[in-house]
Amino acid sequence: MSRNRISLEIEIPTQTRYLGLIGNIGEQLARDLSEYTGDHDILAYNLNLVLTEALSNVIKYADCDSQVLRVCIHVEGDSLSIQVHDQGQGFDFDHLPSTEPEVLAERGRGIFIIRQLMDSVDYHKTQSGNVLEMKKKLE
Amino acid sequence: MNITLDSKDGVTLLKLREERLDAHNSQEFKDYLLRLLESGPKALVLDLSDVRFVDSSGLGALLSGHKNAGLREGRLALSGVQARVQSMFELTRLHRVFEIHPTVEDALAFGTGGTPHEPKPD
Repeated sequence: MSRNRISLEIEIPTQTRYLGLIGNIGEQLARDLSEYTGDHDILAYNLNLVLTEALSNVIKYADCDSQVLRVCIHVEGDSLSIQVHDQGQGFDFDHLPSTEPEVLAERGRGIFIIRQLMDSVDYHKTQSGNVLEMKKKLE
Repeated sequence: MNITLDSKDGVTLLKLREERLDAHNSQEFKDYLLRLLESGPKALVLDLSDVRFVDSSGLGALLSGHKNAGLREGRLALSGVQARVQSMFELTRLHRVFEIHPTVEDALAFGTGGTPHEPKPD
């Protein structure tokens, strides 16, 4: 049996109305990973959630109105990599709340959730903008 | 945003007829809940059975409703929470904050006492 090897690259306008579209693509991808031995429903929801939170944060903080976002999802074997590229000014990722917020706090859970569900999260500058990069070993 | 409103036994019943509660519609829903609470009703039951996805901003909108109901000595109970959405509450430990019932009928049977649900200790 060949290893899962899937690469998707999608460009969307910087608008929250496209969160559902990208989330649903992530869900479908998770359900199609034939080699994955865990619960596909859980992986599907989590991938939807990670993509939604990542895009929401970039749209909110990256100051990239009227630009497009490029979302790259790459699966090879048991390695999942997600990149969200923006062309905005970027933001100070290290100053976003990444620890669990107060239980009654209405905001500040996005990056915390991504960190809970992925093995690594990083945001850095590129030649054409910035990239939020998340990786996970699927097991 | 598609929401239906009803009342039964002095409790206001809301059904959120959306698949997703996320950063695209959570602010609208938060504002809706606040306006509704300001208009008078104290006991609300929110049926989430149509909602198959909630993100952190959706949780924030629900928390806002929960806190605003509490400030008015009311309650916002949730019902019909789908399994994956429930896991989102558990990931963020908010299942200990919200009053969550399997069905609207269970939420109504629980009572209309108007006592806000306090977070449970660890």
